[in-house]
Amino acid sequence: MNGRAIELHVLRYNPETDSEPHWQQYAVPYNEEWVVLDALNYVKAHLDPTLSYRWSCHMAVCGSCGMMVNGDPKLSCKAFLRDLPQIIRVEPLAHFPIERDLVTVVEDFMGKLARVKPYLIAKEPKAVEDGEYRQTPAELKRYKQYAQCINCMLCYAACPEYGLIPKFIGPGAIALAHRYNLDSRDGGRDERQQEIATDEGVWECTFVGACSQVCPKHVDPAAALQQVKIASTVDWFREHLMPWLNK
Amino acid sequence: MAREVTCIFIAIYTVILVFGCVRLAQGREAYEQFLVALGAPSSIGFHLLALVFAIYHSVTWFNLAPKALPMHFGDKTVPPAAIAAAHYIGWVLISVALLLIAGAF
Repeated sequence: MNGRAIELHVLRYNPETDSEPHWQQYAVPYNEEWVVLDALNYVKAHLDPTLSYRWSCHMAVCGSCGMMVNGDPKLSCKAFLRDLPQIIRVEPLAHFPIERDLVTVVEDFMGKLARVKPYLIAKEPKAVEDGEYRQTPAELKRYKQYAQCINCMLCYAACPEYGLIPKFIGPGAIALAHRYNLDSRDGGRDERQQEIATDEGVWECTFVGACSQVCPKHVDPAAALQQVKIASTVDWFREHLMPWLNK
Repeated sequence: MAREVTCIFIAIYTVILVFGCVRLAQGREAYEQFLVALGAPSSIGFHLLALVFAIYHSVTWFNLAPKALPMHFGDKTVPPAAIAAAHYIGWVLISVALLLIAGAF
């Protein structure tokens, strides 16, 4: 592959001029250290300034550059040219409407994220004068893995359920709800259950596991969802078999 | 998808089992005809296939169980292999118990 050009096939779409997306090909030089994002930046700088795509940190922590690389959801800043064939197909992230070129409309995910209340909800009101929350390393360990989510939405692109049933709240949002449910400082699990322990929530998941396979931060959303399923089932039995425990 | 497809074979097996119960209720001759039909090559073939799929489902399920049942005790986490192993051991114990009840030994 050294010295040869990479053939980048990019799915373009301009809502102002195009009736449907179409492929465009670019010849990009191969570099050992380059990622697909470098190739896109090369195209934009030297070949075609009209190419639109999201990116920011170039180090797999911001979650902006998610797209389909040869059919797999990847962060373009983490997809190395040396691991890919000479012909690279780049498309916008699957299961999201295309806004322009490689930029997708992410409003659906944003709405779902807000619905699961991804913030600490205090168990009891606590004034600043009462001091800070204290948390042991063991308590941190319980939720830390799920806190690594960078909201890149690769899991939504990978999830076949989300592709078939758009109302599914999805792996990322539910994994984040779980992160707060597991946080020792949080008391909002009941509120979050209203959203995620529903048909559009965790019960739409059939444990395909594709979400965890593509997650660039090893969050393992599939595990989070199964844990929420078990917690919800226990809730249901407690509510119906031991109603005296209900507040 | 493979795990989901296994349920088709389990469902057919269940129907055969129910059918066997019906034949048993219809008397000795009906039941013995059922047993003969069970011994046919196509039936053996199906049952072997169903067994393979059932084992596949169980093995993949048990190996994934640690993801759904993480267990923490203070600072320590139970190793995933231990949780999966507990499922296999439970499987063996329950199978042995059922065989004892059925009079196999």
